[in-house]
Amino acid sequence: MNFIYPENEIVRNEKRCNLCRVCDTQCSYGAHEFDEQSGQLNSDDRKCVNCQRCVVLCKQMALKIVPSGNKYKENYNWREQTIKEIFRQADSGGVLLSGMGNPGDFKVYFDKIVLNASQVTNPSIDPLREPMETRVSLGALPRDIERDGKGQLVNNLPPRINLSMPVMFAAMSYGSISLNAHKSLAAAAQEMGVLYNTGEGGLHGDMYSYGGNTVVQVASGRFGVHPDYLRSGVAIEIKMGQGAKPGIGGHLPGTKIVGDISLTRMISEGSDAISPAPHHDIYSIEDLRQLIYSLKEATGYTKPIIVKVAAVNNIAAIASGIARSGADIIALDGFRGGTGAAPTRIRDNVGIPVELALASIDRILRDEGIRNNVSIIVGGSIRSSSDVVKAVALGADSVYIGTAALIAMGCHLCRSCYTGKCNWGIATQIPELTKRLKPSVAQKRLVNLLTGWKHEIEEMMGGMGINSIESLKGNRLMLRGVGLSERELEVLGIKHAGE
Amino acid sequence: MNVSALKVGGFMELNEKIRSADSDVHITDCCGQRFMGTALAKGKKLTITGTPGNAAGAYLNGGVIEVIGNVQDAVGDTMNLGKIIVHGNAGDALGYAMRGGNIFIRGNAGYRAGVHMKAYKDLKPVIVIGGSAGSFLGEYLAGGLLVVLGIGAEETLPVGNFIGTGMHGGEIFIRTKKKIADLPAQVAVNAATQDDLARIKPHIMEFAELFEVELESLLEDNYYILTPNTQNPYHLMYVAN
Ligand code: SF4
Ligand code: SF4
Repeated sequence: MNFIYPENEIVRNEKRCNLCRVCDTQCSYGAHEFDEQSGQLNSDDRKCVNCQRCVVLCKQMALKIVPSGNKYKENYNWREQTIKEIFRQADSGGVLLSGMGNPGDFKVYFDKIVLNASQVTNPSIDPLREPMETRVSLGALPRDIERDGKGQLVNNLPPRINLSMPVMFAAMSYGSISLNAHKSLAAAAQEMGVLYNTGEGGLHGDMYSYGGNTVVQVASGRFGVHPDYLRSGVAIEIKMGQGAKPGIGGHLPGTKIVGDISLTRMISEGSDAISPAPHHDIYSIEDLRQLIYSLKEATGYTKPIIVKVAAVNNIAAIASGIARSGADIIALDGFRGGTGAAPTRIRDNVGIPVELALASIDRILRDEGIRNNVSIIVGGSIRSSSDVVKAVALGADSVYIGTAALIAMGCHLCRSCYTGKCNWGIATQIPELTKRLKPSVAQKRLVNLLTGWKHEIEEMMGGMGINSIESLKGNRLMLRGVGLSERELEVLGIKHAGE
Repeated sequence: MNVSALKVGGFMELNEKIRSADSDVHITDCCGQRFMGTALAKGKKLTITGTPGNAAGAYLNGGVIEVIGNVQDAVGDTMNLGKIIVHGNAGDALGYAMRGGNIFIRGNAGYRAGVHMKAYKDLKPVIVIGGSAGSFLGEYLAGGLLVVLGIGAEETLPVGNFIGTGMHGGEIFIRTKKKIADLPAQVAVNAATQDDLARIKPHIMEFAELFEVELESLLEDNYYILTPNTQNPYHLMYVAN
């Protein structure tokens, strides 16, 4: 009874195949197998995760992966996925585990928002002939102008981070992704003048040289956190929550804590790396303030502190607390944000759409007159430059991209990261697999992506007659909703198209 | 260098003095100033008379902090190396996630002492609590040694409830004659053997020397040792979906 027919079928065009055997040597899941006796290549659909590695590498274009077509007698309520999940749990008694972000058919608000452009009454700007400013600076702004005894201005600007464009690479730990993936992200961040984020796995010795483009993370397990680590980056991020699994900690089994992973996490080989769900020293905004200031003390007030939270109910009030806690930046993570592994039920049911959370945080901070206390970074499935522009217009100072960056490096979203056998060399530590990801190549691809986005952002801004990203920030007049209810428009703070 | 906390503005100024001093520092009249000696490096000693505020010695990195008085919460948070000696009681969340170094508390510790301590290579964190410890002692313990001596609490159990929940490494020693019950299934409790005691003896000797307490009875008494239950590991069954 526990047989579930595979979702996909590997289709090999025998006429095109020249038996080069790239597919069977490349597949870490063993979905292709060469039969020495018959001299034939067989495939096992059950093992295929549809990562597309073989399809991309087959020079003969002899392979494709197609939906197997086997269908349950589903209906709107009892869909195939729902039925399969019950089978899986009835077989195992286990907790369902899935990769990547919430796939549910919740509204993607970015797709229901359109941008403005200048027509007749104000000129649009052509980025090819006019200077466009995409640089942003993140951190707290002082409330008052200070002057010394002689009337000269005193520089009382707290430490800030500067980006060439409002895009940063989101936290992905070494351990969840490979060292080569980390190196690609760091080198691309350096080349583009933006930042990457260590995630909660500490920092590999090879990576300290990228310090000027690094955000170091401090999470509940405090893995790899020590004074040199804290001082090595340009900002410190306290991870309170993650969009894909709000309220849930992490558990990297001891079997994965080997070699360099044990060194950077600073725990013994074979010891489980458990990140408790809460920080056990943070039960309130006051406690958060304490951690923020202890980090500031440890780094002599030279680094801005980012507090990362998942978008959940009452997030605006929580953000208001964070903005008063001494944090310099709030990072908001939505439920479509990626993850190597999350309990399916949490991934699919916890959290709120990040667009709504962002708009309400921006509004409450403005209403309370504390918007300049903090900058806002938003992440959780920013898929394109237009998502960036819309996020900025809804109040973000910058965005984090995780999944989009992985895709640029070759990820095909097979959502099997938790197997540790990523054929693209990203979500794996197996040397034969990690060496498939060439940092120089992946770096270039990441740089290409950001370069393309930068041009597009300039073009969209120019179209609106805006020549600086600062004038776009929180500029909701540039946005209109399509097909949204009055309540939704109210939360987003935008008008409906045609108004 | 002697600094009276009363004569210096707030904790920022006070800490700046500690950071920039090139000698040992003695802070007197300390009254709740937070973050004393954060990330203090090897070779420096900070002595504090009075009561330092929360998060004293956070990220301690080899320095020594001695407090003539009580300490508040989150002392030695994420401590990496060094030593904290407290001639009084400690508040909650003592030594959270510490990875190395030693903490000696003469009196009692509050809730959540030694949560998520871990060991790494030759780093092995040790907390010795002279009196009793509150609930949630050593939750998520991943490595290191937690010792509760229960001095003055001989007639009661010197620990609270929910000890070692989620513990997956390290050892907790408790000096008591009372039975330790109601432990989570993932924690095993046994009477400490001579071999076990040999591992904590140097720390108890140091404790006795630091606070001038009588050593013999401390060494001879009955200890329980709590370790992760290898028969029943912390494990949740997942199924790929
Ligand atoms: S990679 Fe393509 S051509 Fe080579 S064996 Fe596989 S299917 Fe045939
Ligand atoms: S990182 Fe690798 S395993 Fe994870 S979804 Fe992408 S291709 Fe699949």
